[in-house]
Amino acid sequence: MSSETKKILTTDGIPLEVSLKKAEKKNKIKAFLLVAPLLLFLIITYVFPIGEMFSRSIDDKMITNMLPKTFKEMEKWDGKELPPEEVFTAFYYDFKVLVEKQEHGKLGQRLNKEKNGFNSITKKLFRQVKRKKIDESVSIKEQIMKVHKRWRTVEYWQAIKRTAPPYTMAKYLKGMDMYYAADGSITQVEEDRRIHRILWLRTLEIAFFVTLFCFLMGYPIAHLLATLPMKYSNLLMICVLLPFWTSLLVRTASWMILLQQQGVVNDFFVMIGLVADDNRPEMMYNKVGTYVAMTQILLPFMVLPLYSVMKTISPSLMRAGKSLGGTPFVAFWKVYFPLTIPGIGAGCLLVFILAIGYYITPALVGGASGTLISNQIAFHMKQTLDWSFASAMGLMLLSGVLVIYWIYNKLVGVDNIKLG
Amino acid sequence: MALPSYTETRYRIWHYIYIAICTFVFFFLIAPLFVIFPLSFNAEEFLVFSEGMKNLDPDAFSLRWYKDMIYGTKNPWGLAAKNSFIIAIFATIGSIILGTLAALGLSSRHMPYKGIIMATLISPMIVPLIISGVAIFFFMAKVGLAATHTGIVLAHIILGTPFVVITVTATLSGFDHSVTRAAASLGSNPVNTFMKITLPLILPGVISGGLFAFVTSFDEVVVVLFLAGLENTTIPIQMWTGLREQLSPTILAVATCLIILSTLILISAELLRRRSERLRGINR
Repeated sequence: MSSETKKILTTDGIPLEVSLKKAEKKNKIKAFLLVAPLLLFLIITYVFPIGEMFSRSIDDKMITNMLPKTFKEMEKWDGKELPPEEVFTAFYYDFKVLVEKQEHGKLGQRLNKEKNGFNSITKKLFRQVKRKKIDESVSIKEQIMKVHKRWRTVEYWQAIKRTAPPYTMAKYLKGMDMYYAADGSITQVEEDRRIHRILWLRTLEIAFFVTLFCFLMGYPIAHLLATLPMKYSNLLMICVLLPFWTSLLVRTASWMILLQQQGVVNDFFVMIGLVADDNRPEMMYNKVGTYVAMTQILLPFMVLPLYSVMKTISPSLMRAGKSLGGTPFVAFWKVYFPLTIPGIGAGCLLVFILAIGYYITPALVGGASGTLISNQIAFHMKQTLDWSFASAMGLMLLSGVLVIYWIYNKLVGVDNIKLG
Repeated sequence: MALPSYTETRYRIWHYIYIAICTFVFFFLIAPLFVIFPLSFNAEEFLVFSEGMKNLDPDAFSLRWYKDMIYGTKNPWGLAAKNSFIIAIFATIGSIILGTLAALGLSSRHMPYKGIIMATLISPMIVPLIISGVAIFFFMAKVGLAATHTGIVLAHIILGTPFVVITVTATLSGFDHSVTRAAASLGSNPVNTFMKITLPLILPGVISGGLFAFVTSFDEVVVVLFLAGLENTTIPIQMWTGLREQLSPTILAVATCLIILSTLILISAELLRRRSERLRGINR
């Protein structure tokens, strides 16, 4: 029968298939147009600026623009012995331009970061150039070499050559306590100056233990909330939700009051005779304060996902387990606990992600030994103004968080995040 | 939770341990908030319970820190409160509009690249605030919006929209799309359908997302620390400086007010959640 193979047509004579596809496409565009304003807004104000952090963190164009002629000549130099006359000459003319623009100081500072001792010798060279002591008609190499013995040392010229590429990974290396040695290889800083590695490890350690404490404290109460009759659990839920809705600074302030040396917790310890009145332990401005305050602040983020999973587990399952001969412990371990694993995963990942980037609480109660990587980033943003280093550290932290976020998305799905 | 009479002793003991642990955790969660109340009425300048307070002597209590909060000389709190409310209200409106539109698009089954777009829209909630702060600061400085109210409002819209997207998408997941089709077949245009049919049904989700956005903005300090100038100071900024420099009881008076505010928000959020569940026919 030929009518079966004939295409079904709509009333305007277009094949139905084409017409449906058209409608589908129209719907797709409609849906996308609804999302577009927010997506565009976020891409412009948020995603691009994070990308800009990246280009800022590897940017080293300043010096490339300062010594254009030098770097051009240096391409021909093998970097083993002192550079030839042409490099010196090019450097001299570049430097003269910088002196006219009064930017020689910046060059000295930048080179000093590459190798100590540049600051003073650029100043010496500056004085010679300023007083026009350098005769351009004879060998400039000889004259520069006479300014200071470091200008006769090949390591200093190698250091300049290393700054030639417009991009550098130096900030990332610094974040891992490493640097480029004189020969260009990657070297670790001395043992006693590895401050950043300590910070990374401490951040991971604190995030891990805060997650663990939250789990140990959150699991029992989530279980209680899920198994109690509604009228009691609603009341107890307020204990979880009120801190959740309360300002972070208010909660941190209350811990500062509680944990101070004359504070309520210490008073209580003295009262029950745990510590002597004149020997009250320091519980704030160290790790203890960070652990206690962060655990309390992040606990609701553990309880809520656990609760929403536990709520779906039928109590008859436990009863069945027991009636089949399991003790309550066995029934819990073999039946109930495995069913809560999705909730545990969601809660732990959420708390860990939040803890690893925490800033306010550690800054207020953490003191010197309880601060995290975020505090270091803020320090470089506000105090040292080394924004490229702050960007590099921020992106290193971000890449870690994104890995966990990706796992979270695979396991839980971002659209399954439950709030309240 | 009463135990059945046949429970063995060791399980009985374990049950009481379990109750004790839960009591301790609930106490740990809620008790710190209640330390603030009495101390904010302290007559003295120290942040510890004085002897008079422990003996409930009426003279040891006073309202002086509340007076200081409102009438104090060179008082920063008035300006901070005004700024906080203005910024939070505009940020909430912006978050609600952008977030609800996006959630409507995302819940459509025709939406292409749903996963990656959702992950992008939620990311400001997941990315550590300090990184968001740095990135947003670079952007605002470049376009000349650093140290302006507009800049802070835009920053808070970025941080607030994920909450609206999440709550509204959740509300829409139980949404019966045949009602909008019914409206369309009866001759209603899309805007009218949205205003008359969709919006009233998803309103609880929209408002509770808005509450999250409001609280996020009202409580946000890290990004504002990068963006704010002297005129843009907010309550969290003032508390942050206060907690870092001199811990005065005035801060506790402010904190008490904030706890009362958050209690009110909690109550409205809970009522909304229940209403939303009722509307969507979820019975628990």
